[in-house]
Amino acid sequence: MQNKYTDWKQALRSGLLGGAIIVLLSLIGIVTAFNKTFIITKVLTFGELLLLGPIIVFSFVAIRKAATKSPGFLLLTGAIAGLASGLVLIALVGVGQLINLRAMFVNASDDLYAIYSYNQTLFFGMILRLAVSGLTGLMTAGFFRLPARIKQALGQALLYIIMMGLMSKLIGTVIASWGFVSLLFEWMFARSGLSIVGAVVIFLLVGGLTYWRYGRPKARLVRDPKKQQLVRWGTLGGLGILILLLPSILGMWFSEILDNVGLFILMGLGLNIVVGFAGLLDLGYVAFYAIGAYTIGVLTSPELGFFNMTFWQAFPFAILVAVAAGILLGLPILKMRGDYLAIVTLGFGEIIRLLALSDWLKPWLGGTQGIQRIAKPVIGIGNFSIQLESQQQLYYLILAGIVIVAFIAIRLRDSRLGRTWMALREDEDVAVAMGINHVATKLTAFAMGAIFSGIGGTIFAAKLGSIYPSSFMFLVSINILSLIIVGGMGSIPGVFVGALALMGLPEVLREFAEYRYLFYGAALVAMMLAKPEGLWPEARHKLELHEAEAPPPQESEPAATSA
Amino acid sequence: MPMLEVNNIHTYYGNIHALKGVSLKVEQGEIVSLIGGNGAGKTTTLRTISGALKPREGNIIFEGEDLGKRKPHQIVHKGIAMVPEGRRIFARMTVMENLEMGAYIRKDKKKIAEDLEWVFELLPRLKERRKQVGGTLSGGEQQMLATARALMTRPRLLLMDEPSMGLAPVLVEAIFDTIVRINKEGTTLLLVEQNALMALSVANRGYVLETGDIVMHDTGEALKKNEKVQKAYLGVE
Repeated sequence: MQNKYTDWKQALRSGLLGGAIIVLLSLIGIVTAFNKTFIITKVLTFGELLLLGPIIVFSFVAIRKAATKSPGFLLLTGAIAGLASGLVLIALVGVGQLINLRAMFVNASDDLYAIYSYNQTLFFGMILRLAVSGLTGLMTAGFFRLPARIKQALGQALLYIIMMGLMSKLIGTVIASWGFVSLLFEWMFARSGLSIVGAVVIFLLVGGLTYWRYGRPKARLVRDPKKQQLVRWGTLGGLGILILLLPSILGMWFSEILDNVGLFILMGLGLNIVVGFAGLLDLGYVAFYAIGAYTIGVLTSPELGFFNMTFWQAFPFAILVAVAAGILLGLPILKMRGDYLAIVTLGFGEIIRLLALSDWLKPWLGGTQGIQRIAKPVIGIGNFSIQLESQQQLYYLILAGIVIVAFIAIRLRDSRLGRTWMALREDEDVAVAMGINHVATKLTAFAMGAIFSGIGGTIFAAKLGSIYPSSFMFLVSINILSLIIVGGMGSIPGVFVGALALMGLPEVLREFAEYRYLFYGAALVAMMLAKPEGLWPEARHKLELHEAEAPPPQESEPAATSA
Repeated sequence: MPMLEVNNIHTYYGNIHALKGVSLKVEQGEIVSLIGGNGAGKTTTLRTISGALKPREGNIIFEGEDLGKRKPHQIVHKGIAMVPEGRRIFARMTVMENLEMGAYIRKDKKKIAEDLEWVFELLPRLKERRKQVGGTLSGGEQQMLATARALMTRPRLLLMDEPSMGLAPVLVEAIFDTIVRINKEGTTLLLVEQNALMALSVANRGYVLETGDIVMHDTGEALKKNEKVQKAYLGVE
């Protein structure tokens, strides 16, 4: 009996917690704000989803904890959890009737209560709300009891409907740029959210596909290696073509985002060498970005009129200046480690920004007004040359930059120098005791990082055509560092994933309007909790954290000796 | 001429006078043990020889050359390797990669491969674990790895700092067996130890260090029988 009692309590507690979360979301105003944002037009709003989602999540948790119990008990658990959540909402409305909550919580408005009670009279509406909440819990339990295959299909289908419904405006923008092809998809979307037909089609399509795939035997994966190779090259080729066509498919607005993500990938690859490979915590990395951008600006802008170079004439100088700056920063801080290094590099970043801002250098760098009319890069010869101006054109310049830089980064990682950086990261004293010249090693890390960031800066300057000191705030350094951590310290693919997640996500989340960064922050916390080693961690790091899961070491391989 | 000659060195940590005129000699082919209590300056002596610390006074002569102006990584090139205290291996690299780092200064791949075989023969456990990440090895295995890594630099003089620290008695014996074997195969050793009994048993000669100064010097056997040493370091009443 004791056991049963705790299960009851578990269900109740989960329900109350779910209710509390709903109340929180309501009081910060999200529910009201998204009451008119439909996921499926005229059927389900995002606001209503926020009222039901927590119930589903928390009753699911309670049900899963009692998974071994009888089906009847599970249904009861779900219902109790759902009803408990509903009661919390009723309690909020009740309190709201008795005292004026709005004095403290602006969003505890009659509008909110109307949403709670489905625009019915308060009494009838609240009974309805309670019933819906309980039913949601009950259905969650029912869902839990379904056979795995159906559960998978149903879950995937619902997830897709919700995601596509939420992103319907974005998807709409993309599709609208496809010309007549867009007509093929128009019926799927309503003015807000998916059309009912669209939702049904997605449900059947995704559900059916998942159901079908679930049934396929896994043995098919092991085939003769030649065919596998072909499949792999095919996939890679397809991916390559997709990447090349991306700006045309996604249109202007998304190309702008892609360009920004691309620039951050460039810089991330550079900082990954400094922080990820060599373990030198650099918080002033934006300085090299600024130096690359300002060098291009000074050398090409006719407004300043010093040199009037073209982009490509100025480009090598920008890299040279960035390298010089990297070594200049490296020299005084060779003896510093960890926190101290971070503080000094932070100072360096600010110094560069303040120099650009200063009146002293204004005749050269333009002070607050910055530098305008920076040259755009021109590619091709004579009559066949083209000036890269639009987001879609610059995308290819950035892409080329990323390909080159990523190639260099991969080669460096696997080189003798790369190994030396890692040894320095692991234990500087011991690395020196192996005969490694730590001065030269650290300086090359700083210099390489500076080059990559400098390249990013030159493209950034050319892309905007004008630069201002305010573009090179401390926050940029933090963003680059964060994307490396989110992606996985020291991992090259991690930089790509991290940049997409960190820089792309806020853009995609625009749908959430002023609550964008709330969801963004929550997503970041969730990511770090779920994958503390990063989204795509470096193999050796994963090996260390998950040693127990790794297969036992093999014995047959001959000893390799090249360092 | 001795292989290593430390003449009256004074080393400071800031204002703290850690070594107050330490002098010692190591002859080619010897095992020399340096014993003493906590804070006597044993590790400081080794760190000064390896170049991590610079003495304010005195000099260190290795094979006839003054090491005074040399940077730590250059001293490794001269033929002195160090196994640091507390088994500081590269935790996120595999055993193999750790050993490859040890051979960092060497270019002759054939010779490196030979030495790798030799090290694996000396410490077969490492061969079994060569693809494992260093941080996941046991304490004894990590000590073996640190030793093997230092051997991969092909030193003529090997400095070992507290190789027995924190190891089970069985492993301590194994480590000292290895030390003797390394020595028999031609490497000169300077050993710093708190485990005075083991250190003196394997040593040709020993030095006793107290508060930054050498207070006694004799053959290993003689020191083991010395009454003062027995009382202070061997726990014999």
